[in-house]
Amino acid sequence: MAGAYSEAIQDLIDALGRLPGVGPKSAQRIAFHLLKVDVDEANRLARAIVRAKERVRFCSVCFNLGEHELCEICSDVKRDDHVICVVEEPRDVVAIERTHEFRGRYHVLQGAIDHLQGVGPDQLRIRELIARVTAGGITEVIICTNPNLEGEATALYLSKVLDVPGVTISRLSSGLPVGGDLEYADELTLGRALEGRRVITGD
Amino acid sequence: MSLYRDAAVVLRTYKLGEADRITVLLTRTAGKVRAVAKGVRKTRSKFGSRLEPGSYIDAQLHEGKGELDIVTQAESVEFFPQIRTDLARLSRASALLEAVDQLTLDREPNRRLFEMLVGGLRIIDEQNPPLVIGAFFLKLLAAEGVAPVLDGCIECQSDEGPFVWAVDAGGVRCRACGSGRAVSDDALSVSRAVLGGGLRTALELPDSPVVHEVEDFAARSLEAHLERRLRSLHLLTDS
Ligand SMILES: [Zn+2]
Ligand SMILES: [Zn+2]
Repeated sequence: MAGAYSEAIQDLIDALGRLPGVGPKSAQRIAFHLLKVDVDEANRLARAIVRAKERVRFCSVCFNLGEHELCEICSDVKRDDHVICVVEEPRDVVAIERTHEFRGRYHVLQGAIDHLQGVGPDQLRIRELIARVTAGGITEVIICTNPNLEGEATALYLSKVLDVPGVTISRLSSGLPVGGDLEYADELTLGRALEGRRVITGD
Repeated sequence: MSLYRDAAVVLRTYKLGEADRITVLLTRTAGKVRAVAKGVRKTRSKFGSRLEPGSYIDAQLHEGKGELDIVTQAESVEFFPQIRTDLARLSRASALLEAVDQLTLDREPNRRLFEMLVGGLRIIDEQNPPLVIGAFFLKLLAAEGVAPVLDGCIECQSDEGPFVWAVDAGGVRCRACGSGRAVSDDALSVSRAVLGGGLRTALELPDSPVVHEVEDFAARSLEAHLERRLRSLHLLTDS
Protein backbone atom coordinates (compact mmCIF):
# COMPACT_ATOMS: atom_id res chain seq x y z
CA MET A 1 0.00 0.00 0.00
CA ALA A 2 3.06 2.27 0.10
CA GLY A 3 2.58 5.49 -1.80
CA ALA A 4 -1.22 5.44 -1.75
CA TYR A 5 -1.37 8.30 0.76
CA SER A 6 0.98 11.09 1.68
CA GLU A 7 3.29 10.33 4.58
CA ALA A 8 1.34 12.37 7.15
CA ILE A 9 -1.93 10.65 6.33
CA GLN A 10 -0.33 7.21 6.36
CA ASP A 11 1.29 7.95 9.75
CA LEU A 12 -2.10 8.90 11.18
CA ILE A 13 -3.76 5.78 9.77
CA ASP A 14 -0.97 3.58 11.12
CA ALA A 15 -1.16 5.15 14.58
CA LEU A 16 -4.95 4.71 14.72
CA GLY A 17 -4.66 1.16 13.44
CA ARG A 18 -2.54 0.22 16.43
CA LEU A 19 -5.40 1.05 18.82
CA PRO A 20 -7.25 -1.93 20.31
CA GLY A 21 -10.29 -2.98 18.30
CA VAL A 22 -9.49 -0.68 15.37
CA GLY A 23 -8.90 -2.54 12.12
CA PRO A 24 -7.30 -1.04 8.98
CA LYS A 25 -10.67 0.01 7.54
CA SER A 26 -11.79 1.76 10.73
CA ALA A 27 -8.39 3.42 11.00
CA GLN A 28 -8.86 4.89 7.54
CA ARG A 29 -12.37 6.04 8.33
CA ILE A 30 -11.32 7.74 11.59
CA ALA A 31 -8.31 9.35 9.91
CA PHE A 32 -10.45 10.88 7.15
CA HIS A 33 -12.99 12.00 9.71
CA LEU A 34 -10.27 13.79 11.70
CA LEU A 35 -8.99 15.46 8.54
CA LYS A 36 -12.47 16.75 7.74
CA VAL A 37 -13.38 18.22 11.15
CA ASP A 38 -12.28 21.73 12.00
CA VAL A 39 -8.90 22.41 13.58
CA ASP A 40 -10.32 23.20 17.03
CA GLU A 41 -11.96 19.84 17.36
CA ALA A 42 -8.86 17.93 16.25
CA ASN A 43 -6.78 19.99 18.70
CA ARG A 44 -9.20 19.24 21.53
CA LEU A 45 -8.67 15.52 20.95
CA ALA A 46 -4.89 15.90 20.73
CA ARG A 47 -4.80 17.98 23.93
CA ALA A 48 -7.02 15.52 25.80
CA ILE A 49 -4.65 12.70 24.92
CA VAL A 50 -1.56 14.65 25.95
CA ARG A 51 -3.13 15.87 29.20
CA ALA A 52 -4.38 12.44 30.20
CA LYS A 53 -0.99 10.92 29.47
CA GLU A 54 0.68 13.60 31.61
CA ARG A 55 -1.66 13.43 34.57
CA VAL A 56 -3.05 9.93 34.76
CA ARG A 57 -0.97 7.17 36.24
CA PHE A 58 -1.32 3.80 37.86
CA CYS A 59 -1.99 3.73 41.60
CA SER A 60 1.10 2.40 43.38
CA VAL A 61 -1.01 0.10 45.58
CA CYS A 62 -3.83 -1.29 43.44
CA PHE A 63 -2.79 -0.30 39.87
CA ASN A 64 -6.10 1.38 39.18
CA LEU A 65 -5.95 4.63 37.21
CA GLY A 66 -5.74 7.91 39.09
CA GLU A 67 -4.07 11.29 39.10
CA HIS A 68 -1.99 10.82 42.25
CA GLU A 69 0.35 8.30 43.87
CA LEU A 70 -2.75 6.66 45.35
CA CYS A 71 -6.00 6.34 43.42
CA GLU A 72 -9.24 7.76 44.80
CA ILE A 73 -10.34 4.44 46.20
CA CYS A 74 -7.05 3.64 47.93
CA SER A 75 -6.97 7.08 49.53
CA ASP A 76 -10.58 6.87 50.78
CA VAL A 77 -10.32 6.22 54.55
CA LYS A 78 -13.94 5.10 54.79
CA ARG A 79 -13.42 1.94 52.78
CA ASP A 80 -13.00 -1.56 54.23
CA ASP A 81 -9.32 -2.57 54.37
CA HIS A 82 -10.00 -6.25 54.96
CA VAL A 83 -11.46 -7.11 51.58
CA ILE A 84 -9.75 -6.90 48.18
CA CYS A 85 -11.64 -7.28 44.93
CA VAL A 86 -9.36 -8.47 42.10
CA VAL A 87 -10.25 -7.31 38.59
CA GLU A 88 -8.59 -7.42 35.18
CA GLU A 89 -8.86 -3.79 34.08
CA PRO A 90 -9.61 -0.32 35.51
CA ARG A 91 -12.92 -0.32 33.64
CA ASP A 92 -13.98 -3.31 35.76
CA VAL A 93 -13.48 -1.17 38.88
CA VAL A 94 -15.90 1.33 37.37
CA ALA A 95 -18.44 -1.43 36.63
CA ILE A 96 -18.32 -2.79 40.18
CA GLU A 97 -18.42 0.69 41.76
CA ARG A 98 -21.63 1.36 39.84
CA THR A 99 -23.35 -1.48 41.74
CA HIS A 100 -22.72 0.23 45.14
CA GLU A 101 -22.45 -3.30 46.56
CA PHE A 102 -18.76 -3.27 47.39
CA ARG A 103 -16.99 -1.10 49.97
CA GLY A 104 -13.56 -2.75 50.09
CA ARG A 105 -10.36 -2.14 48.12
CA TYR A 106 -9.36 -3.24 44.63
CA HIS A 107 -6.43 -4.80 42.86
CA VAL A 108 -6.16 -4.35 39.10
CA LEU A 109 -4.19 -7.13 37.40
CA GLN A 110 -3.90 -5.23 34.10
CA GLY A 111 -4.90 -8.27 32.08
CA ALA A 112 -5.54 -11.99 32.40
CA ILE A 113 -3.59 -15.20 31.94
CA ASP A 114 -3.89 -16.15 28.29
CA HIS A 115 -2.15 -19.31 27.16
CA LEU A 116 -2.73 -18.73 23.47
CA GLN A 117 -1.44 -15.14 23.52
CA GLY A 118 1.42 -16.04 25.84
CA VAL A 119 0.33 -13.78 28.70
CA GLY A 120 1.63 -15.36 31.90
CA PRO A 121 1.53 -14.42 35.61
CA ASP A 122 4.75 -12.42 35.31
CA GLN A 123 3.17 -9.96 32.89
CA LEU A 124 0.36 -9.23 35.35
CA ARG A 125 0.32 -7.50 38.74
CA ILE A 126 0.11 -10.84 40.53
CA ARG A 127 3.35 -10.60 42.49
CA GLU A 128 2.14 -7.29 43.93
CA LEU A 129 -1.20 -8.88 44.86
CA ILE A 130 0.49 -11.74 46.69
CA ALA A 131 2.60 -9.20 48.59
CA ARG A 132 -0.52 -7.25 49.62
CA VAL A 133 -2.34 -10.35 50.79
CA THR A 134 0.58 -11.87 52.68
CA ALA A 135 1.36 -8.56 54.37
CA GLY A 136 -1.60 -9.23 56.68
CA GLY A 137 -4.87 -7.51 57.55
CA ILE A 138 -6.74 -9.03 54.58
CA THR A 139 -9.52 -11.50 55.40
CA GLU A 140 -11.14 -11.95 52.00
CA VAL A 141 -10.07 -11.77 48.37
CA ILE A 142 -12.92 -11.68 45.86
CA ILE A 143 -11.79 -12.72 42.40
CA CYS A 144 -13.80 -10.77 39.83
CA THR A 145 -12.02 -11.72 36.62
CA ASN A 146 -14.08 -12.03 33.42
CA PRO A 147 -16.27 -15.14 33.10
CA ASN A 148 -14.34 -16.32 30.03
CA LEU A 149 -11.52 -18.81 29.54
CA GLU A 150 -8.75 -16.31 30.30
CA GLY A 151 -10.54 -14.95 33.36
CA GLU A 152 -11.10 -18.47 34.65
CA ALA A 153 -7.49 -19.51 34.09
CA THR A 154 -6.49 -16.42 36.08
CA ALA A 155 -8.92 -17.24 38.90
CA LEU A 156 -7.66 -20.83 39.08
CA TYR A 157 -4.08 -19.63 39.20
CA LEU A 158 -4.83 -17.01 41.85
CA SER A 159 -6.66 -19.46 44.08
CA LYS A 160 -3.51 -21.58 44.03
CA VAL A 161 -0.96 -18.87 44.77
CA LEU A 162 -3.10 -16.94 47.28
CA ASP A 163 -3.39 -19.86 49.66
CA VAL A 164 -2.73 -17.78 52.80
CA PRO A 165 -4.03 -18.92 56.24
CA GLY A 166 -6.91 -16.78 57.48
CA VAL A 167 -7.77 -15.44 54.01
CA THR A 168 -10.98 -16.52 52.30
CA ILE A 169 -10.81 -16.60 48.51
CA SER A 170 -14.14 -16.18 46.79
CA ARG A 171 -15.11 -16.02 43.15
CA LEU A 172 -17.84 -13.96 41.59
CA SER A 173 -20.70 -16.40 41.03
CA SER A 174 -21.59 -16.79 37.39
CA GLY A 175 -25.26 -17.38 36.87
CA LEU A 176 -27.90 -16.86 34.26
CA PRO A 177 -28.14 -13.48 32.67
CA VAL A 178 -31.24 -11.68 33.87
CA GLY A 179 -33.75 -11.33 31.07
CA GLY A 180 -32.73 -14.45 29.18
CA ASP A 181 -34.48 -17.77 28.55
CA LEU A 182 -33.21 -20.88 30.34
CA GLU A 183 -33.18 -22.97 27.17
CA TYR A 184 -30.58 -20.71 25.58
CA ALA A 185 -28.08 -21.04 28.41
CA ASP A 186 -24.95 -23.00 27.57
CA GLU A 187 -23.83 -25.99 29.69
CA LEU A 188 -21.19 -24.07 31.58
CA THR A 189 -23.44 -21.19 32.56
CA LEU A 190 -26.33 -23.44 33.52
CA GLY A 191 -24.03 -25.75 35.51
CA ARG A 192 -22.55 -22.80 37.41
CA ALA A 193 -25.99 -21.38 38.08
CA LEU A 194 -27.08 -24.71 39.58
CA GLU A 195 -23.93 -24.87 41.66
CA GLY A 196 -24.47 -21.37 43.02
CA ARG A 197 -28.23 -21.74 43.65
CA ARG A 198 -29.82 -19.97 46.61
CA VAL A 199 -32.28 -21.42 49.10
CA ILE A 200 -35.48 -19.39 49.00
CA THR A 201 -37.47 -21.31 51.62
CA GLY A 202 -36.82 -23.93 54.35
CA ASP A 203 -33.59 -24.39 56.29
CA MET B 1 -24.07 -15.45 0.87
CA SER B 2 -24.70 -19.09 1.61
CA LEU B 3 -25.25 -20.87 4.87
CA TYR B 4 -23.41 -24.00 5.92
CA ARG B 5 -23.16 -26.28 8.91
CA ASP B 6 -20.13 -28.07 10.28
CA ALA B 7 -18.78 -29.60 13.46
CA ALA B 8 -15.95 -27.46 14.83
CA VAL B 9 -13.47 -27.01 17.65
CA VAL B 10 -12.67 -23.42 18.61
CA LEU B 11 -8.89 -23.05 18.37
CA ARG B 12 -8.61 -19.47 19.52
CA THR B 13 -10.35 -16.12 19.45
CA TYR B 14 -9.41 -12.50 18.90
CA LYS B 15 -11.32 -9.49 20.19
CA LEU B 16 -12.97 -7.47 17.48
CA GLY B 17 -14.45 -4.03 18.03
CA GLU B 18 -16.63 -3.42 21.07
CA ALA B 19 -18.30 -6.75 21.70
CA ASP B 20 -17.40 -9.14 18.87
CA ARG B 21 -14.77 -11.77 18.43
CA ILE B 22 -13.06 -13.42 15.52
CA THR B 23 -13.11 -17.15 16.21
CA VAL B 24 -10.64 -19.51 14.60
CA LEU B 25 -12.45 -22.81 14.09
CA LEU B 26 -11.10 -26.17 13.05
CA THR B 27 -14.09 -27.63 11.25
CA ARG B 28 -14.54 -31.28 10.42
CA THR B 29 -15.08 -30.88 6.69
CA ALA B 30 -13.94 -27.39 5.68
CA GLY B 31 -10.64 -27.24 7.60
CA LYS B 32 -9.62 -24.12 9.52
CA VAL B 33 -12.11 -21.29 9.16
CA ARG B 34 -12.11 -17.78 10.61
CA ALA B 35 -15.52 -16.47 11.54
CA VAL B 36 -16.90 -13.42 13.31
CA ALA B 37 -19.10 -14.04 16.34
CA LYS B 38 -21.18 -10.93 16.82
CA GLY B 39 -21.92 -9.73 20.34
CA VAL B 40 -20.21 -12.74 21.89
CA ARG B 41 -18.51 -10.66 24.59
CA LYS B 42 -21.80 -9.35 25.92
CA THR B 43 -22.89 -11.21 29.05
CA ARG B 44 -26.28 -11.84 27.46
CA SER B 45 -24.89 -13.31 24.25
CA LYS B 46 -26.78 -16.34 23.00
CA PHE B 47 -23.43 -18.04 22.40
CA GLY B 48 -22.54 -18.10 26.10
CA SER B 49 -19.28 -19.97 26.58
CA ARG B 50 -19.71 -22.05 23.44
CA LEU B 51 -17.31 -20.03 21.34
CA GLU B 52 -14.39 -20.09 23.73
CA PRO B 53 -11.17 -21.96 22.92
CA GLY B 54 -11.56 -25.72 23.35
CA SER B 55 -15.32 -25.80 22.77
CA TYR B 56 -16.55 -28.59 20.50
CA ILE B 57 -19.61 -27.31 18.70
CA ASP B 58 -22.05 -27.83 15.90
CA ALA B 59 -21.79 -24.50 14.13
CA GLN B 60 -23.95 -22.79 11.56
CA LEU B 61 -22.01 -20.29 9.51
CA HIS B 62 -22.67 -17.70 6.85
CA GLU B 63 -20.09 -17.57 4.12
CA GLY B 64 -18.60 -14.09 4.12
CA LYS B 65 -17.48 -12.05 1.18
CA GLY B 66 -13.84 -11.95 2.27
CA GLU B 67 -11.86 -14.36 4.37
CA LEU B 68 -14.16 -14.04 7.37
CA ASP B 69 -17.36 -16.05 7.72
CA ILE B 70 -20.02 -15.30 10.34
CA VAL B 71 -21.11 -17.64 13.10
CA THR B 72 -24.89 -17.58 13.26
CA GLN B 73 -25.51 -20.51 15.62
CA ALA B 74 -23.48 -22.73 17.91
CA GLU B 75 -24.69 -25.78 19.79
CA SER B 76 -22.48 -27.80 22.08
CA VAL B 77 -21.62 -31.27 20.71
CA GLU B 78 -19.54 -32.38 23.65
CA PHE B 79 -18.76 -30.33 26.73
CA PHE B 80 -15.41 -30.72 28.50
CA PRO B 81 -16.12 -29.47 32.03
CA GLN B 82 -12.82 -30.40 33.65
CA ILE B 83 -10.76 -28.46 31.12
CA ARG B 84 -12.55 -25.37 32.42
CA THR B 85 -11.98 -26.02 36.11
CA ASP B 86 -8.49 -27.53 36.33
CA LEU B 87 -5.54 -25.35 35.44
CA ALA B 88 -3.26 -28.28 34.53
CA ARG B 89 -5.86 -29.59 32.08
CA LEU B 90 -6.50 -26.12 30.71
CA SER B 91 -2.78 -25.61 30.05
CA ARG B 92 -2.54 -28.93 28.23
CA ALA B 93 -5.68 -28.34 26.19
CA SER B 94 -4.30 -24.92 25.22
CA ALA B 95 -1.06 -26.55 24.05
CA LEU B 96 -3.06 -28.89 21.77
CA LEU B 97 -5.12 -26.02 20.36
CA GLU B 98 -2.06 -23.86 19.78
CA ALA B 99 -0.15 -26.69 18.06
CA VAL B 100 -3.07 -27.49 15.75
CA ASP B 101 -3.61 -23.81 14.95
CA GLN B 102 0.05 -23.41 14.05
CA LEU B 103 0.11 -26.52 11.89
CA THR B 104 -2.93 -25.73 9.76
CA LEU B 105 -3.60 -23.40 6.87
CA ASP B 106 -7.01 -21.83 6.32
CA ARG B 107 -9.60 -23.89 4.44
CA GLU B 108 -7.51 -27.00 3.94
CA PRO B 109 -9.76 -29.91 4.90
CA ASN B 110 -8.11 -32.35 7.30
CA ARG B 111 -10.66 -34.64 8.84
CA ARG B 112 -8.08 -36.84 10.53
CA LEU B 113 -6.56 -33.90 12.38
CA PHE B 114 -10.02 -32.84 13.51
CA GLU B 115 -10.72 -36.29 14.96
CA MET B 116 -7.29 -36.32 16.61
CA LEU B 117 -7.92 -32.98 18.27
CA VAL B 118 -11.35 -33.97 19.57
CA GLY B 119 -9.85 -37.23 20.87
CA GLY B 120 -7.00 -35.37 22.55
CA LEU B 121 -9.33 -32.89 24.27
CA ARG B 122 -11.59 -35.73 25.40
CA ILE B 123 -8.68 -37.64 26.94
CA ILE B 124 -7.41 -34.53 28.73
CA ASP B 125 -10.89 -33.86 30.09
CA GLU B 126 -11.48 -37.44 31.24
CA GLN B 127 -8.22 -38.98 32.47
CA ASN B 128 -5.59 -36.36 31.74
CA PRO B 129 -2.84 -39.00 31.50
CA PRO B 130 0.75 -37.76 32.07
CA LEU B 131 1.92 -38.71 28.56
CA VAL B 132 -0.97 -37.05 26.69
CA ILE B 133 1.02 -34.06 25.37
CA GLY B 134 4.06 -36.13 24.44
CA ALA B 135 1.93 -38.72 22.65
CA PHE B 136 -0.25 -36.14 20.88
CA PHE B 137 2.75 -34.20 19.60
CA LEU B 138 4.49 -37.34 18.33
CA LYS B 139 1.27 -38.32 16.53
CA LEU B 140 0.99 -34.81 15.08
CA LEU B 141 4.52 -35.05 13.70
CA ALA B 142 3.70 -38.43 12.18
CA ALA B 143 0.48 -37.06 10.65
CA GLU B 144 2.55 -34.23 9.16
CA GLY B 145 4.79 -36.81 7.53
CA VAL B 146 7.78 -35.95 9.73
CA ALA B 147 7.63 -38.72 12.30
CA PRO B 148 10.91 -38.87 14.26
CA VAL B 149 13.23 -41.68 13.15
CA LEU B 150 13.65 -43.86 16.24
CA ASP B 151 14.58 -47.33 15.05
CA GLY B 152 18.26 -46.48 14.70
CA CYS B 153 20.81 -43.68 14.33
CA ILE B 154 19.48 -41.14 11.85
CA GLU B 155 22.97 -40.61 10.39
CA CYS B 156 24.52 -44.08 10.13
CA GLN B 157 21.45 -46.30 10.64
CA SER B 158 23.24 -48.23 13.38
CA ASP B 159 20.70 -49.70 15.76
CA GLU B 160 23.24 -50.00 18.51
CA GLY B 161 22.74 -47.61 21.39
CA PRO B 162 23.25 -45.70 23.52
CA PHE B 163 21.63 -42.87 21.59
CA VAL B 164 21.26 -39.13 22.05
CA TRP B 165 18.15 -37.10 21.07
CA ALA B 166 18.64 -35.31 17.76
CA VAL B 167 15.80 -32.76 17.58
CA ASP B 168 17.58 -30.89 14.77
CA ALA B 169 17.66 -33.99 12.55
CA GLY B 170 14.33 -35.48 13.60
CA GLY B 171 15.27 -38.61 15.51
CA VAL B 172 18.11 -40.10 17.51
CA ARG B 173 21.86 -40.36 16.87
CA CYS B 174 24.38 -42.89 18.07
CA ARG B 175 27.23 -41.59 20.23
CA ALA B 176 29.68 -41.99 17.35
CA CYS B 177 27.61 -39.63 15.16
CA GLY B 178 26.98 -36.84 17.64
CA SER B 179 26.50 -35.65 21.17
CA GLY B 180 23.46 -34.36 23.03
CA ARG B 181 20.93 -35.26 25.67
CA ALA B 182 21.09 -39.01 26.37
CA VAL B 183 18.09 -41.15 25.39
CA SER B 184 16.91 -43.53 28.10
CA ASP B 185 15.90 -47.03 26.97
CA ASP B 186 12.42 -46.62 28.44
CA ALA B 187 11.81 -43.28 26.72
CA LEU B 188 12.89 -44.76 23.41
CA SER B 189 10.56 -47.75 23.70
CA VAL B 190 7.66 -45.58 24.89
CA SER B 191 8.13 -43.21 21.92
CA ARG B 192 8.32 -46.14 19.53
CA ALA B 193 5.16 -47.58 21.07
CA VAL B 194 3.28 -44.29 20.61
CA LEU B 195 4.26 -44.15 16.93
CA GLY B 196 3.60 -47.87 16.52
CA GLY B 197 0.38 -49.42 17.68
CA GLY B 198 0.85 -48.99 21.43
CA LEU B 199 -0.71 -45.60 22.11
CA ARG B 200 -3.36 -46.87 24.50
CA THR B 201 -0.89 -48.67 26.77
CA ALA B 202 1.55 -45.76 26.63
CA LEU B 203 -1.18 -43.40 27.87
CA GLU B 204 -1.63 -45.59 30.93
CA LEU B 205 1.92 -44.90 32.14
CA PRO B 206 2.14 -43.14 35.50
CA ASP B 207 3.97 -39.83 35.82
CA SER B 208 7.73 -40.42 35.70
CA PRO B 209 11.00 -38.94 34.38
CA VAL B 210 10.51 -41.12 31.28
CA VAL B 211 7.18 -39.43 30.51
CA HIS B 212 8.86 -36.02 30.85
CA GLU B 213 11.74 -37.10 28.63
CA VAL B 214 9.31 -38.14 25.87
CA GLU B 215 7.24 -34.98 26.25
CA ASP B 216 10.33 -32.80 26.14
CA PHE B 217 11.59 -34.47 22.97
CA ALA B 218 8.17 -34.41 21.29
CA ALA B 219 7.60 -30.75 22.17
CA ARG B 220 11.05 -29.65 21.03
CA SER B 221 10.65 -31.63 17.81
CA LEU B 222 7.28 -30.05 17.11
CA GLU B 223 8.64 -26.58 17.90
CA ALA B 224 11.54 -27.24 15.52
CA HIS B 225 9.07 -28.28 12.82
CA LEU B 226 6.93 -25.18 13.40
CA GLU B 227 10.01 -22.98 13.73
CA ARG B 228 8.50 -21.30 16.77
CA ARG B 229 7.91 -21.91 20.45
CA LEU B 230 4.57 -23.11 21.72
CA ARG B 231 3.58 -20.43 24.21
CA SER B 232 0.98 -22.47 26.08
CA LEU B 233 3.48 -25.13 26.95
CA HIS B 234 5.87 -22.86 28.81
CA LEU B 235 3.51 -20.28 30.25
CA LEU B 236 2.95 -21.69 33.72
CA THR B 237 6.06 -23.86 33.93
CA ASP B 238 8.80 -21.33 33.17
CA SER B 239 7.93 -19.00 36.00
ZN1 LIG C 1 -5.45 2.31 44.32
ZN1 LIG D 1 25.34 -43.12 14.02
